[in-house]
Amino acid sequence: MDKSASKNVYVFVEQREGVIQSVALELLGKARELADELGEQVYAILLGKGISDKAQECIYYGADTVLCVDAPELESYVTEPYAQAICQIVNRYNPSILLIGATTIGRDLGPRLSARLTTGLTADCTGLAISEDRNLMMTRPAFGGNLMATIVCKEHRPQMSTVRPGVMKIGRRDTERKGNIEAVTIDFDKSKFRVKLLKTVKEQKNLVDITEAKILVSGGRGVGNQEGFDMLREMAKTIGAEVSSSRAMVDAGVISHDRQVGQTGKTVRPDVYFACGISGAIQHLAGMEESETIIAINKDKFAPIFQVADVGIVGDVRKVIPLLTERLKNRSK
Amino acid sequence: MKIVVCIKQVPDTTEIKLDPVKGTMIREGVPSIMNPDDKGGLEMALQLKDKFGAEVTVLTMGPMQAEAILREAFAMGADKAILLSDRKFAGADTLATSNTLAGALRALDYDLIITGRQAIDGDTAQVGPQIAEHLDLPQVTYVEDLQFDGKKTFTVRKATEDGYQILEVDAPCVLTVLSSANKARYMSVRGIVEAFDKPIETWGFDNITVDESKIGLNGSPTRVAKSFGKALKAAGQVYEVEPTEAVDIIINKLKEKYII
Repeated sequence: MDKSASKNVYVFVEQREGVIQSVALELLGKARELADELGEQVYAILLGKGISDKAQECIYYGADTVLCVDAPELESYVTEPYAQAICQIVNRYNPSILLIGATTIGRDLGPRLSARLTTGLTADCTGLAISEDRNLMMTRPAFGGNLMATIVCKEHRPQMSTVRPGVMKIGRRDTERKGNIEAVTIDFDKSKFRVKLLKTVKEQKNLVDITEAKILVSGGRGVGNQEGFDMLREMAKTIGAEVSSSRAMVDAGVISHDRQVGQTGKTVRPDVYFACGISGAIQHLAGMEESETIIAINKDKFAPIFQVADVGIVGDVRKVIPLLTERLKNRSK
Repeated sequence: MKIVVCIKQVPDTTEIKLDPVKGTMIREGVPSIMNPDDKGGLEMALQLKDKFGAEVTVLTMGPMQAEAILREAFAMGADKAILLSDRKFAGADTLATSNTLAGALRALDYDLIITGRQAIDGDTAQVGPQIAEHLDLPQVTYVEDLQFDGKKTFTVRKATEDGYQILEVDAPCVLTVLSSANKARYMSVRGIVEAFDKPIETWGFDNITVDESKIGLNGSPTRVAKSFGKALKAAGQVYEVEPTEAVDIIINKLKEKYII
């Protein structure tokens, strides 16, 4: 793309079953900041079927213009139709920056787009800023969270980045904000639609996504087994918390992957994070160190988790947690 | 069926320790391994070979030391191994890397290309889908299970944040696989012995079909502007006390933060 003519900050607004995903709202807020610094505009790209009524929400959260493609081909996410729609939009509008949530959808779509558009893509960013020469500075963890790297894409446009959910803060929903909504039509090449989505299955429907939880009670190797997690669940119930875990317990099959916090799991920033029997490998810390308050309980007083904890308890989770549950249960009596 | 599995040699990042004072990585003594998701992909290919018969080729780009993971792949049951090594390939970001690998794949026959979902040193998950785009092939990422009809259709189970999807795709295609998809087999004793006699083909720029401007540092749209160690949050207080007192401390903290 022509660099000198490229302009404005674009956000791919991910929706699933018509629900705008929180990562998209986080990105709209960040895009607003970046665009204000550049003196440019925020464009939201909203794709789906029957989703036009969601466009106004994108404006409330920071978009100046919403490009809305309402098409049956875009009902559920499949790589090719979505890639075609966004490519055609990029070629028509020539964005300077394109932000995408680093979800299973965004991480499938982003690289496909970058190859088709011959531009750079920086994955799983945790920080975005504008440099003095008006380039996007994209910061991300590397080597399993052991190192941070800032990446630039100077000569190619758009500058593309996927951003981890939960990292950027959602801005205020401002119902006074005004913006434009443009309906965009895409000319689909259906001969390239070679993957068929047969079904989508959701598991554990009653659980709150751990990235949305205000309080997380997280268990690691020190909790050990299913019984240990039942103990955590009981404590979680007393304060309206959700249960999450370290990678060790997911690998051991004790708890499902969607509950995993860390580099290969989810990034969380709850008000309170209880780390129970979690030693705090760097990969785990990468996913939770932004939590408002961290309370860690671990037998090993040298456990790295204590380096990030606000309150560290050297002790046996199996003794401390039942006592704590008891106290929390009785507090209202 | 011909299957090409793209694999990468990576430092075992779970073994990396941080210098507690400087916050920098201590790289010495960190072992190099076959990237876990790639190993899951190789195992998936070998299971297809066991069931339906297939020729499995492993392809890697890297320095000469990367031969180690090709030997490991032989010992697990791979049939052919290609090492892409050329100074022209060096300094590549994901796009340039995918162009190099696609250049090599153009010189090979395949019905199925498998990559790991992502490598543990970069965690980008980009090279698989980028290869698919360069070769104009359909892709399915985050693959955790696979059925093959024995002719040309794959029914694929793809992991999502809150469950899974079932997708159908015909060969030729690109699948990116999770390490949790299976339990990779051990190298067999016979495999290990034979692995050292099997020839590894080493390919340079002249062996692959790609424009030179698209590979290596020059073919990379992105650059690392800087890298730095991560500043750890300042530690709070650590208490070595009896459980009842520990509970008091926690309760007080929760009250202080208006949680209870």
